[in-house]
Amino acid sequence: MSSKQSVVVIGNGMVGHKFLQALADAGVAAQLAITVFCEEPRVAYDRVHLTEFFNGRSAHDLSLVEEGFYASHNIRVLLGDKAVALDRDAKTVTSSNGETLAYDKLVLATGSFPFVPPIPGHDRDNCFVYRTIEDLEAIRAGAAGGSVGVVIGGGLLGLEAAKALKDLGLTTHVVEFAPRLMAVQVDDGGGAVLRKKIEDLGVFVHTGKNTQNIGAGDKHFHKMTFADGSEIETDVLLFSAGIRPQDALARKFGLDVGERGGIVINDNCQTSDPDIYAIGECALWGGRIYGLVAPGYKMAQVAAEHISGGNNNSFTGADMSTKLKLMGVDVASIGDAHGNTPDCRAYTYIDGSDEIYKKIVVDKTGKRLLGAVLIGDATDYGNLLQLALNNIPLPEFPDALILPQRDGSGVSGLGVSALPDSAQICSCNDVSKGALCTAIADGATTLGELKSCTKAGTSCGGCNALVAQVLNAELEKMGLEVSTDICEHFPYSRQELYHLVRVEEIKTFYDLLDKHGAGRGCDICKPAVASILASCWNDYVLEPKHAGLQDTNDRYLGNMQKNGTYSIVPRIAGGEITPDKLIVLGAVAKKYQLYTKITGGQRIDLFGARLEQLPEIWQELIDAGFETGHAYGKALRTVKSCVGSTWCRYGQQDSVALALEVEHRYKGLRSPHKIKSAVSGCTRECAEAQSKDFGIIATEKGWNLYVCGNGGMKPRHADLFATDLDKQTLIKYVDRFLMFYVRTADRLQRTSTWLNNMEGGLDYLREVVIEDSLGICAQLEAEMAQIVGTYQCEWKTTIENPEKLKMFRPFVNSDKGDSNIIFVEERGQIRPAQKLEIINAGADKSATPKKEQVPA
Amino acid sequence: MTDLSEKPGTPADCATWVQVCRVTDIPFDAGIAALINENTPQETQIALFRTLDSDTVYAISNFDPFSEANVLGRGILCSIGEQLAVASPVLKQHFSLTTGQCFEDADVSITTYPVKVSDGTVFVDTSATTLEAK
Ligand code: SRM
Ligand SMILES: Cc1cc2nc3c(=O)[nH]c(=O)nc-3n(C[C@H](O)[C@H](O)[C@H](O)COP(=O)(O)OP(=O)(O)OC[C@H]3O[C@@H](n4cnc5c(N)ncnc54)[C@H](O)[C@@H]3O)c2cc1C
Ligand code: SF4
Ligand code: FES
Repeated sequence: MSSKQSVVVIGNGMVGHKFLQALADAGVAAQLAITVFCEEPRVAYDRVHLTEFFNGRSAHDLSLVEEGFYASHNIRVLLGDKAVALDRDAKTVTSSNGETLAYDKLVLATGSFPFVPPIPGHDRDNCFVYRTIEDLEAIRAGAAGGSVGVVIGGGLLGLEAAKALKDLGLTTHVVEFAPRLMAVQVDDGGGAVLRKKIEDLGVFVHTGKNTQNIGAGDKHFHKMTFADGSEIETDVLLFSAGIRPQDALARKFGLDVGERGGIVINDNCQTSDPDIYAIGECALWGGRIYGLVAPGYKMAQVAAEHISGGNNNSFTGADMSTKLKLMGVDVASIGDAHGNTPDCRAYTYIDGSDEIYKKIVVDKTGKRLLGAVLIGDATDYGNLLQLALNNIPLPEFPDALILPQRDGSGVSGLGVSALPDSAQICSCNDVSKGALCTAIADGATTLGELKSCTKAGTSCGGCNALVAQVLNAELEKMGLEVSTDICEHFPYSRQELYHLVRVEEIKTFYDLLDKHGAGRGCDICKPAVASILASCWNDYVLEPKHAGLQDTNDRYLGNMQKNGTYSIVPRIAGGEITPDKLIVLGAVAKKYQLYTKITGGQRIDLFGARLEQLPEIWQELIDAGFETGHAYGKALRTVKSCVGSTWCRYGQQDSVALALEVEHRYKGLRSPHKIKSAVSGCTRECAEAQSKDFGIIATEKGWNLYVCGNGGMKPRHADLFATDLDKQTLIKYVDRFLMFYVRTADRLQRTSTWLNNMEGGLDYLREVVIEDSLGICAQLEAEMAQIVGTYQCEWKTTIENPEKLKMFRPFVNSDKGDSNIIFVEERGQIRPAQKLEIINAGADKSATPKKEQVPA
Repeated sequence: MTDLSEKPGTPADCATWVQVCRVTDIPFDAGIAALINENTPQETQIALFRTLDSDTVYAISNFDPFSEANVLGRGILCSIGEQLAVASPVLKQHFSLTTGQCFEDADVSITTYPVKVSDGTVFVDTSATTLEAK
């Protein structure tokens, strides 16, 4: 009797080995005397990828056991020795080689065996199963002689086996008892698509066939006869009619087993005998057998921890979602694929031509994903699975999750970024998003490194896409920290470029490129530098030397829409507008048939203007006293207001008047990102000033200034910066604050992220802006004064300049309009036609809506 | 027309050169759209670009396959390594000016057209469009 506690493991398959690994990883292997009975002639190998044995992967390649692993943890492995008897009172195990071992803890990891239906003739030669390397060797030998192969069973494994037979050069048939393939995982619709795809691969599928007899064939070795009288002749016959838990020992020696088999275990993976554990496919938890490797791995982990005295881990069931490539066809099934949940709703997408079938099952509120079936294209698997597992609220229209993404929009927002750190990315190896992020932060910056150090993606591989997504997302985040170079053309950050431009008084992008850059610039550095130049010198943005640098929105002074038309947003400072001006907007919108919408910024947006219409439309607006709203620019957007003391019974100050003053002061200021502001007349905050880059709220004594708020993608409440300011001081602080932001922020960095990344944070910002700790405030004010002094309405300048107007011609050599821009009517207004509508309209041009007849 | 800067790879025989505009009509270091084979079944929108250093001109399709809008002429000119490209103004994918290949998606590329400039006038070989139309 050794002093060490003795642990005996029966079964050295995938889960049995995982159990030993877990003990080793926990560092307890040394304190234990561990022995393993391994019925098979070789140590654990990757059964999941068994089929690759036919594609040249040797038994050695498939092995899961690293060279010398067992020796180094002095684990004794008895190869080819099968446990045949237990004595639970004496606590011993006896093996087929007559070895008898005492145990303190016994672990059954005996897996399962293939079920062979008792059809007459099932035991003839050349009848095989598909579970071990020996099975595959036998199949290969059997196939060598023949030309036809039949697989009985059209489930997951059956189809995988069928592929194997096909690869062995046999004419292959799949015979399924149920009316569809993969009856367990997929529904009828999915089964049909799957069937078609598999038949396209040259495999014959026979569903609803009940095999009654297997006898000698005339042309081939076997003749199978079916209940409907039909027959098939074949040389090789492969049974894949499901698996049964290997619970023989447990039955024989009085452990509780389920009536349909399986060794009953509790949450610690203990059987009815607390010193005996069962893990993997032989175990029955909650009346369920888990025929996948991931749950088995979890059990191995739990049992190992429990045996080493741990008690905080437990097995509480597992998700049975699967994704695999069967004969090159992606197949995935998640959760309640059959929609069995009471009053759940299902959305189905079928692409007949590509034979893609996608179905999602959502709860009755349409807010939670319950299940999904994906055939032919399983790229959404990762995201969908995470949505289901983490109960993430679905978008307003859940079908968007499976519909092909027509425009750029789509649902990427629901990608990895939407996941909590706790989200389990790799279920096989129980790796969370948080764990991946930590590993990446610790330097695992390639997929390979990440996988080897976290084990994520190393088993079924179903999570690989997601692991990659997490990696990329993290790298992107880091990228901003690691290299601050704005792009390949300038080895400088935006802030450094800003200083170069200021200090060396550089006036054009091309001078900057000559002096400090390389190449010819790109869509990153050109707009960024254009913005810097504008912040510093405030030239007209469409000067020939600047025009080509501008992002298209700036270049044509409007926001480009998905169909290449533009929107028009005149400035409506503070959201205050006279009835006459409101009427002008209506008249213009009506004349040019522009889609009209009240924006979230207290102004009015007119959508759908063609490039060539922009000048004439702006002409009319400017004649009526409007000016550009810079909705297209990384510049001051809106200063929202509430009615304030003028009307509101609670109002403390005239918030509208201040909003107007502020908006007119900073309009046209080009900045690293857009700037938004708001002024509220009292603490009730109807203007939402605390969600703005700088917000102002009236007090009894004056104004409170809030800074660095943000709505949008990552909302942030603004911080209270200074209180009870008089107007003059308020403006002074805002001047300094904005100019300091313009100087030091990164490209496309809102004030909120700018502050979050600022060393010293809010206090430092106060020192700079209020106490002038850097002694730059005079300069900042002067720079702002210069911007304010040189403001021009870009649209006014543009329409007064015939040269510039050329830019708005649809074609350099023709006045014809873009015939591809087509609108249809919706709720009494226009909207861009969708692809189908365009095709139809194209077929019959006269059907092309009114837009064509607009006075030019 | 011997002084023509013939673009390599142009099958001169089947080429059909049409005059489009003056080089100076194309904004400096930027692009503009042009319509060729106007009012014929092969009517096609192309985008012309003029580089900053020389007066070399490039012509590609104006159609952005991602947004399915005719906007490439309004994109920003880029150099990616040694290659010249334009960034779609809608979703920012990049297309090579010389091969039409999309940088973000190996499966996507757009038509490019041979260009030559003869004393300040831009000519485009439209045979590619007629071939397409066939
Ligand atoms: C029209 C409007 C939606 C509406 O119908 O109300 C709108 C429309 C657009 N928004 Fe917005 N945003 C509009 C109010 C807002 C608001 C609400 C507000 O301003 O009070 C927000 C959240 C507040 C904020 O920004 O902090 C908002 C957050 C965004 C964001 C996310 C910014 C962020 O920091 O996360 C973007 C993307 C960006 O700017 O990079 C964006 C970008 C856009 C763009 C410009 C996207 C684009 O480049 O095409 C949209 C096109 C405008 C167009 O074509 O005219 N829009 N957008 C609103 C115009 C306001 C205006 O009068 O100028
Ligand atoms: C072809 C194929 C493809 C698969 N594909 C997937 C997939 O894509 N995804 C997935 O999650 N799962 C897949 N599986 C299932 C997966 O392989 C099993 O879930 C996993 O192997 C279960 O591990 P286990 O250790 O419980 O059982 P096993 O791996 O079967 O190991 C049990 C071992 O115990 C031995 N044993 C039994 N009784 C005794 C005894 N009395 N004495 C000594 N030894 C004994 C057996 O010989 C066997 O070696 C696939 C299975 C097959 C066959
Ligand atoms: S914020 Fe105060 S003053 Fe302004 S409208 Fe609301 S309640 Fe009235
Ligand atoms: S989920 Fe199976 S390997 Fe990650």
